[in-house]
Amino acid sequence: MTAALANSAQITNRYLRAFLRQPYYIIGTLIQPVIWLLLFGQLFKSVADIPGFTAASYITFLTPGVVVMSAMLSAGWSGTSYVVDMDRGVMDRFLVTPVRRSALIGGELVYQAGMVLLQSLIILGLGYLVGARFPGGPVSIVLLLVATVLLGTAFASLSNALALILRKQESLIALNVSLTLPLTFLSSAFLPVNLMPEWMQTVARYNPVNWAVEVGRQTLSESVDWPFVAVRLAGLLALTLVCAWLSIRAFRAYQRSV
Amino acid sequence: MYVTIQPAGAPGATTTTIARPAVEAVGLVKTYPGKVQALKGVSFSVSPGAVFALLGPNGAGKSTIVKILTTLSRPNAGHASIVGHDVVREPERVRRLIGVVGQKSAVDLEATTAENLTLQGQLYGLSGGELRRRVSGLLERFDLTPARKRIARTLSGGMQRKLDVAMGLIHQPQALFLDEPTTGLDPEARAEMWREIARLAGEDGLTVLLTTHYLEEADHLAQQVAIIDHGQIVVEGTPEGLKAELRGDAIQVELADALPEAEIRAALSVLDNELREVVIDGRSLRARVDSGASALPGVLAALDAASIRAATATVARPSLDDVYLRYTGRAYAETEDKEQIR
Repeated sequence: MTAALANSAQITNRYLRAFLRQPYYIIGTLIQPVIWLLLFGQLFKSVADIPGFTAASYITFLTPGVVVMSAMLSAGWSGTSYVVDMDRGVMDRFLVTPVRRSALIGGELVYQAGMVLLQSLIILGLGYLVGARFPGGPVSIVLLLVATVLLGTAFASLSNALALILRKQESLIALNVSLTLPLTFLSSAFLPVNLMPEWMQTVARYNPVNWAVEVGRQTLSESVDWPFVAVRLAGLLALTLVCAWLSIRAFRAYQRSV
Repeated sequence: MYVTIQPAGAPGATTTTIARPAVEAVGLVKTYPGKVQALKGVSFSVSPGAVFALLGPNGAGKSTIVKILTTLSRPNAGHASIVGHDVVREPERVRRLIGVVGQKSAVDLEATTAENLTLQGQLYGLSGGELRRRVSGLLERFDLTPARKRIARTLSGGMQRKLDVAMGLIHQPQALFLDEPTTGLDPEARAEMWREIARLAGEDGLTVLLTTHYLEEADHLAQQVAIIDHGQIVVEGTPEGLKAELRGDAIQVELADALPEAEIRAALSVLDNELREVVIDGRSLRARVDSGASALPGVLAALDAASIRAATATVARPSLDDVYLRYTGRAYAETEDKEQIR
């Protein structure tokens, strides 16, 4: 157990160090949410005037949505580092050492979760600067972060599983984009559910991205609707566990195929 | 076919059974999905402190053997052990006994030289002063100290390869596996790698198993060589023993014109008692003789008598090239397709 934890920390550290050495990557991950916030904030500003829109302002409504969407988008890239490691032989080099296999998976997920958390805090701060307010207070912000990290971890695991199966950067990216973008637009990230066409409302009900956004929207209301939040967090946790299980299965399949 | 060749003049001298081989493979079979049988029953053993070379063309099964011996892959049949520890039943134990340098450089390009070494040590549970000492010791030994803070991406291919080997040694293994350690290196870097491998086995007493498709590499470095072809070991022995088994020199004559094989063989029929293993391949004629210097004039005279013109003629002491040709029926260079061998 101690060896597994130590190994996980070492693997997390490896990713963190590589991240800090890529200033363009850091700027890139920061700029994208800025674009979403400012561009969509302006573009859809008049949504706030539509009857049925209840939030105080569109930017207040949009900010939790951008937090969730950005987490999913950046976590979706997670598997690309697996592809590089498999290509370069780094993965096999790790596998001939006594390193705990769980640490290879877990250490990377911890890094991804940390990145999601950092990114979320930056977006929240940025949102505040451009006028978003969080009447739900710190508890609601913590709930938003928990839901976002769960969703991010789930997508990172899924991305890793796909990477281990597809082993091609192009296939992984194509699949990632064609999964994450529709899921975002089939959620209430940009528009309240009650303004969506009926069939979309049905889809959104079962869309984990929407669960995370809805938990995040607790920041908009004065008091937390706990039963509402609990159901959605449980759903997100279940999704995360299923995705983690899938990535472990994919990892074993990779080991067998070597 | 499986043949063991003893060094000439010392029959049985090396047959002393060693109680515990450093590396032992018995009847390894590996079939990949899609029914590619990569290994068809491979057996060999490596004595402690020896350099053992698995020699063969690409796709012969060399890397598959290394993957099984290093716990990456499981055999479908047969078993293998490192210093007596079974690779399938005791993988944890085996991983601590072996160092592995893969076919491709596996350094983390985004980390520095020292960081690569440090993480590798940490994965073996090393830490603190002991880890720092080993890292700086290996940096020193592989002349990487000035590059310790450089991002691996900026290192030359030769330096990356040295870092690979250094990483394989961080936990002081008993056996080191080198899968095509010099493929893709320039001649200078290759010579340096050869010196290093020789030093590892010599001074450090490490058992080294290397795979190579360079005949001269096996000849130069190894005490034991196994030639592998189509997933099977076709012959095994010492380079000297294998060459001695060929009895005599190789002569090679390049003809000025391409002629039917039968015509050339007819011209040489007068020398039937002298020439062995005659191979005619386009305009090139190869044969084995007891003494090249005395046989060559006869060969040229016989060709001349049949009005066959020779462009060049060479005599060579037996090489592993010849061993390969004899046991696989193919010239080594032909199996390499377009790949540059030297």
